[in-house]
Amino acid sequence: MDTKSIMIVGVGGQGTLLASRILGNAVISEGYDVKVSEVHGMSQRGGSVVTYVRYGKKVNSPIIDKGGADIILAFELLEALRALPFLKKGGKIIVNDQQIDPMPVIIGACEYPQDIENKLKENADTTVVNALTLAKQAGNMKAVNVVLIGVMAKNTDIPYEVWKETITKTVPEKFLEVNLKAFDLGYNS
Amino acid sequence: MKQLMLGNAAVARGCYEAGAKVISSYPGTPSTEITENAVKYEEIYCEWAPNEKVGAEVAIGAAIAGARAMTCCKHVGLNVMADPVFTASYTGVNGGLVIAVADDPGMHSSQNEQDSRHYAKASKIMMLEPSDSSECKEFTKLAFELSEKFDTPVFLRLTTRVSHSQSLVELCERDECGLKDYEKNPAKYVMMPGNAIKRHVDVENRMRALQEYAEAAEINTVEDNGAKIGIITAGITYCYAKEALGSNANYLKLGMAYPMPVKLIKDFAAKCNKIYVLEELDPFIEEHCKANGIEVIGKEAFTLLGEYSVNMIKKVILGEEEASVASEPIPVRPPVMCAGCPHRGTFYVLKKLGLTVSGDIGCYTLGAAAPLNAIDTTICMGASVSAAHGMAKARGEEFSKKLVSVIGDSTFMHSGITGLIDIVYNKGINTVLILDNSITGMTGHQDNPTTGKTIRGEATKQVDLELLCKAVGIDSVRIADPFDVKNFEKVVKEETEKNEPSVIIAQRPCALLKTVKYTGRCKITDKCKNCKMCLKAGCPAITVKDGKPVIDATQCNGCTLCMNICPFDAIEKEEA
Repeated sequence: MDTKSIMIVGVGGQGTLLASRILGNAVISEGYDVKVSEVHGMSQRGGSVVTYVRYGKKVNSPIIDKGGADIILAFELLEALRALPFLKKGGKIIVNDQQIDPMPVIIGACEYPQDIENKLKENADTTVVNALTLAKQAGNMKAVNVVLIGVMAKNTDIPYEVWKETITKTVPEKFLEVNLKAFDLGYNS
Repeated sequence: MKQLMLGNAAVARGCYEAGAKVISSYPGTPSTEITENAVKYEEIYCEWAPNEKVGAEVAIGAAIAGARAMTCCKHVGLNVMADPVFTASYTGVNGGLVIAVADDPGMHSSQNEQDSRHYAKASKIMMLEPSDSSECKEFTKLAFELSEKFDTPVFLRLTTRVSHSQSLVELCERDECGLKDYEKNPAKYVMMPGNAIKRHVDVENRMRALQEYAEAAEINTVEDNGAKIGIITAGITYCYAKEALGSNANYLKLGMAYPMPVKLIKDFAAKCNKIYVLEELDPFIEEHCKANGIEVIGKEAFTLLGEYSVNMIKKVILGEEEASVASEPIPVRPPVMCAGCPHRGTFYVLKKLGLTVSGDIGCYTLGAAAPLNAIDTTICMGASVSAAHGMAKARGEEFSKKLVSVIGDSTFMHSGITGLIDIVYNKGINTVLILDNSITGMTGHQDNPTTGKTIRGEATKQVDLELLCKAVGIDSVRIADPFDVKNFEKVVKEETEKNEPSVIIAQRPCALLKTVKYTGRCKITDKCKNCKMCLKAGCPAITVKDGKPVIDATQCNGCTLCMNICPFDAIEKEEA
């Protein structure tokens, strides 16, 4: 199998690191070589955050370059648009329909781009998810990340049971029920 | 079974498997998780030191006493510890001593982009450079071995992408190597001129031995694919090169960043038509090659700035460009202080008063960003205090009364206190704000001498900032809550006007601490006159919809700072 490249993007604090951890652990239990790259520190404070997950027979670079991502999993609309140049031709975007205004928009220095959903759809196979509603349905607004993992899971060749097992191993027990429910809601959406 | 591990976690694992007993570090992105992960191994004594110099000295002492020891820092932390490190090169070690230093090409979380390989050369200390997590673990173990074999500290050089990438690691058992015997040996460990002169001879002999070792070191690997292009590289750039060029190139991967082999490189070069040196930041390998008459292409084709990438290598060497959707200009999303951040209240007031603000390193550096725009300078840890003293001495008393320093609790412990002593001793009248949020914030919540807890969460003596400032001679020390905006403004005005040095401890814990329990959400009511004062605080939860401020319930944590700022009582709290 060729190396598969998945890029997870969002806003610091949205839980992208947990998502990449679940994805990373799911692919190793399938016996793949895997590299996950994330950036800690300053950008975690409400800035744009990017995590790369690459898996296959043998992975060299942990980083995905422009034109290299098979799947972009975006936690926020503007971040999906920012990541679009990283998508491979024929790649897929899964995007949460949430809009979080960055500071330059809040202070009126620029405007939040209009109609991002259509811009994405013009350029790529795009699935828009209302993850916040599904997360609330699962019982916790913060489970947005696991809802999105659920949607993405359906687009990989990793079996459903492996995902469930991985989430059980990765998430603290206290939040397990909510997260498993969130995953299912995403998976079946 | 193989485990998916962060590079930094793998360094910690290597430390454990090598039988290390002592780690002392100061947090610094991207190195922090090494020490944090080492805490998981009960066999290793771990601590947060007040700064990198202390951390290095603790590790040096432990090594002299016979233990395998380590200190970890980010690139600029190595500047702070340079003093003991350069002399530890002369004393050598007893138990193995490893100094892990993480560079940050691209400056994801740093104030400069220095290349720490120069330190290896300058201090005559060998340096190893892993490229993935598996090597992080193996090279750490090797570093301890080589440290003892050659009687030298050893640098382990990481970069952000190695430290913060996860890849598979095979775990091994710990080698319980125990302590080496300790014997008093002043000729080796008392570095006064008479002894140091002799030790320098040993250092130069060691350099020759290391040079010889580098020629045959197993971690300098050649991969001959029978190609015409030769790549000399190290660290993460090796991974990029392999991804970009595959078997279309031969590779010489230098696991030893310093000293570098000569014959090995010459032999490699002889088999290729065209040699590229691929290395981020400075032309360290390139200059070594050129100095030894080996013709290579380096920085003339690549960049001194930021990170390399697979696409960059493909473009320069193969002339290939990857097809992608063109990027259009869209709003940037810079990091901001979190909703509920205590620093927001502080900077709101400082901006309102129009003060010159001498800044420092931490979350509060974000007070420099719009809309607060409150910080004038940021140099390095501790400089907020001493640089403000310099500003005041240069421009006089009137200027000094419109000037404050802002420094976090951990940073003040790191190197702010010495600047404060300077102010008192040399009759300054500065006002210093210690932003005490009860934690080391930016690096992800590490305890420090002011939090009352050790790295393992055990209760310990807590430095009393108020008493400490008084003890160095500050008579006017006041504690104020930055969320009580009116009172905080009054305190700042009063203290800056004084003809004596003063300290304001702005006390409110980080909103992300588990002990901080803000509840509910704030909501803007119909009393709002659309004056937009609340937006001046730069809270990510307050945005504008249809020309009026609104609070985003998914972002707000109910901290109530905006309620204290609103002049019309138009913001209310809704309990969840």
